[in-house]
Amino acid sequence: MLTPELRKYTGSVGAGLERKRSWSQRLHVDMPLLCALVVLLSFGLMVLYSATNQNMAEMKRQLYFSGFAFAVMFLIAQFDVRWLRAWAPWMFLGGVLLLVAVMVFGEVTNGARRWLHFPGLPRFQPSEVMKILVPLTVASFLSRKVLPPSFWHLCNCLLIIGVPVILIAKQPDLGTALLITVAGVFVLLLAGIRWKWVLIVLMLAVLTAPALWVFYMDDYQKNRIHTFLDPEREPLGAGWNIIQSKTAIGSGGIYGKGWLKGVQSRLDYLPEGQTDFIVAVLAEEFGLVGILFLLSLYVVVIGRALYIAGVAQDLFSRLLAGSLALTFFVYVFVNIGMVSGLLPVVGVPLPLVSLGGTSIISLMTGFGILMSIHTHRTARIGY
Amino acid sequence: MTERHIIKDHNQERRLFLSRLFIGAGMAAVLVCALIARMIYLQVSEHAYYTTKSDSYRIHTQAIAPNRGRIYDRNGILLAENRPSYFLTVIKENSRDMQASLGLLADLINLSPDEVDKLRVRLKRRAVPFSPVQVRQNLSEVDIAKIKLNQFRLPGFAVEAQLARHYPQGELMAHALGYVNSLTEDDLQAVDPVNYEGTEEIGRNGVEKFYEDTLHGTVGYEQVEKNASGRVMQVLSRTDPVAGKDIVLYLDSKLQKATSEALGEFKGGVVVLDPQNGGVLAMVSKPSFDPNLFIGGISRADYAKLNNDKTGTPLFNRALGKYSPGSTIKPFLGLGALDTGTRTREYTIHDPGHFQLDGGSHVYHDWTWWHNKSGHDLVNLEKAIYVSCDTYFYDLATDMDIDVMHDFLSQLGFGRNASVDIPQASSGVLPSRKWKKETKGQSWYQGETLNSAIGQGDTQATPLQLATAAMLMANHGKWHQPAMIKRVGLDGEDINHPSVYPDVKLKNEDDWNYITHAMTEVVHRSTGGAYQTGTAYKAIIANNKTPIAYTMAGKSGTAQVAELTSDHRNGDAVEEEDKDNALFIAFAPAEDPKIAVAVYVEHGNGGSGVAGPIARQIIDAYLVGEDGQLKPEFRPKNVLAPALISATAP
Repeated sequence: MLTPELRKYTGSVGAGLERKRSWSQRLHVDMPLLCALVVLLSFGLMVLYSATNQNMAEMKRQLYFSGFAFAVMFLIAQFDVRWLRAWAPWMFLGGVLLLVAVMVFGEVTNGARRWLHFPGLPRFQPSEVMKILVPLTVASFLSRKVLPPSFWHLCNCLLIIGVPVILIAKQPDLGTALLITVAGVFVLLLAGIRWKWVLIVLMLAVLTAPALWVFYMDDYQKNRIHTFLDPEREPLGAGWNIIQSKTAIGSGGIYGKGWLKGVQSRLDYLPEGQTDFIVAVLAEEFGLVGILFLLSLYVVVIGRALYIAGVAQDLFSRLLAGSLALTFFVYVFVNIGMVSGLLPVVGVPLPLVSLGGTSIISLMTGFGILMSIHTHRTARIGY
Repeated sequence: MTERHIIKDHNQERRLFLSRLFIGAGMAAVLVCALIARMIYLQVSEHAYYTTKSDSYRIHTQAIAPNRGRIYDRNGILLAENRPSYFLTVIKENSRDMQASLGLLADLINLSPDEVDKLRVRLKRRAVPFSPVQVRQNLSEVDIAKIKLNQFRLPGFAVEAQLARHYPQGELMAHALGYVNSLTEDDLQAVDPVNYEGTEEIGRNGVEKFYEDTLHGTVGYEQVEKNASGRVMQVLSRTDPVAGKDIVLYLDSKLQKATSEALGEFKGGVVVLDPQNGGVLAMVSKPSFDPNLFIGGISRADYAKLNNDKTGTPLFNRALGKYSPGSTIKPFLGLGALDTGTRTREYTIHDPGHFQLDGGSHVYHDWTWWHNKSGHDLVNLEKAIYVSCDTYFYDLATDMDIDVMHDFLSQLGFGRNASVDIPQASSGVLPSRKWKKETKGQSWYQGETLNSAIGQGDTQATPLQLATAAMLMANHGKWHQPAMIKRVGLDGEDINHPSVYPDVKLKNEDDWNYITHAMTEVVHRSTGGAYQTGTAYKAIIANNKTPIAYTMAGKSGTAQVAELTSDHRNGDAVEEEDKDNALFIAFAPAEDPKIAVAVYVEHGNGGSGVAGPIARQIIDAYLVGEDGQLKPEFRPKNVLAPALISATAP
């Protein structure tokens, strides 16, 4: 299926080396990552079964999406990342056009214009696509330059990150915009951007924060910060979610109340127990033990992704893999941090566990890229 | 694909990348540790706190109000029961558009703006989220059907049932039973608030109030698990409430009804006692009101209507209110005069129709003066009672000190509330020198003694006190305190109420018979001509087509309300509110009394003419069977003939 042109990217140079490849490498699957993902998704489904009050219809949907996401992962893994690298600018351009299309034709739900619905296709959020495309494009751009990046290159990268982020922030979807910024910035950091500039940006951010607060942030966003600082301020309003989630987690104790025996979600005290707050359900039913198990699964996944980044053979792969690994970690940290009251409430689902197809598919696309990076290695070291 | 060739130091770039990757991994590791630390804090250190918190959200203890005890009359007829009452509630959090729903309800069940205002107040006061708040009580079946049909348009609204008090006999029993009313904050100060959790009503008056503790019962509890919407998901545990005890009263429904009918359209109060035990057989006050109006809170309009009736005052219990007793006091005063030696049976005066104190200028007139200036001729004590001679008692009073009168009459229950369980009754006024000094700071005048001797002036007594005194006369001084309660529980034992007052002992016990005889003459004496017959003979016996089946002892009283001119006395029109109050006390059969009655008719104008026949009608209803004879249970056993009637006038 590979054309002769593409074949030179597949890296099957030495015939002897090719023979040593295992079946998993030939299928372009990374077994440790795959195993960790399967266990994680299974555990997630188990928790979801309880969180949805044993709703079989929701379970079927989630299973269907998970299967589809695995298929997407396998498919992506078959492509050599150098191909992605070459096409990155065009895909990015396409993504930006989709975001513009959202601004014009997008469907409005809950006061935000986020979804595109083309006839005959399932509706989707172009911003999800950008979660991959932004780091991909920045990595693609920087891999052609000398590292550490110059100020000019840095400005180019900020433009690549900024355009989609502003479009998404306007939807408005501040959470996704921030996560995409984070994914792009990770590429910059991994590329060796000078700490001096990082400090300058951080200081600028601190200085402009009050201005943002006054001129830019909506009331609901300010409210979230207020609520984060003092949930008891409005125990029945904005603070309700976080009080209930902390109650669910805390009442779980070390060993938990047992599967399907959590009361906070079963009795509807915990809102969004199937989506953003699912970790509270897990913590209530499986206790600290369950949380440690979940975190170890994430550590394995992230650790393996970081390893893949570390041993990747070219700069583009390294930057992309590293960014994907760290971004994945940010999802995990932000979600659990938010649910346990360490961070303000932002709409970030728990990766691979929360109900919702789009998030799983875009995450598995990322893991497909990681697998592709790892299984299309050649014997050449250092290139 | 073309690539610009640039010179790159791949190893240096890789080292830079790896160092950054390590920094990233290290930071991630630190943050994972932070998450773990946070979870340990929440799940281990704060575990107990959050467990309590979780339980406090989900586990709710609901009080279950006990069923209130029922009230029966002596024959087991229900006087107060509990009926399921349906009411509409709303859970604010579950109602999507309260305004629209209330608008719909205004159309469906005529929900008034007044009710909406009250609902808004209750919604504001409500402390617990997701708790139901009452919208309307006493839904009719039509209302319920309309609400059920439109339930889908009324999210958050629900029809709930609860037992509520009901008085099947309505206004007939209102003054005897009292009523229950919505529990208020003030009530909770007086009772154990724990035992009243979940209870909506409390005894407000009468028997319902006095026996509140007996009727209420003990609260029960239910521990339930509720979901966030406030719906009960399961019952975790339950302690059943203990229902209040039923109460059986001495009250006789049939007699109560007959009493009410006997009073007719008159305003007034009647108390009927059973001389054998002091039980209140009937207590009627007119006009009355429907106690069912008070259940679940009386509406403003209804309450205003009851309260604004200044002449009718339907909420006021006339059977327990104090009034000048008029001449009904005479038999008791006469008895006192005999016992204290102030008068003998033989002592006789000549009555010119008026009386004047030695050295006084004021002329005290006998009641006959306004009709006939001749007086009663020769009058002894017996005659003074049956013709109700004021002159005799003026003369008696000059020899009998007010304090002596006070001391004797107070033995008969005047001036105090001698009841067992009717605390709302007035104590009346039994004047004495001490009383006047204390209440008015003035000393006593001889003229006031004269007024007291004919039951006027400061002297005031309630129909309950007059009935009690009549009962004591009937019992020859044997005390029974008037009581509403006969027993607790339909199958319970009758309660014996030992009297706290000593029986009245006379120096000559035959004086009881002497005065009783005089009282029978009030009703039965038919001979002697004008102003010589018993004052009540004409109205009670002569004008009644049915012959009387028993000997009735009675005494009339006509108490002056306003100072009237002689023109008025001679038949000129008198304003309704200036007409005299009419009173009559009686007991029967005189030989073996089974019933004692006191009738007070507001502005009835004539004790004998108006109150007397009412008393007979009541006694007839109680003692006489369909055949016109005494009911078997009331026939005197060892008495062959009504011997007391045979005595003659002096």
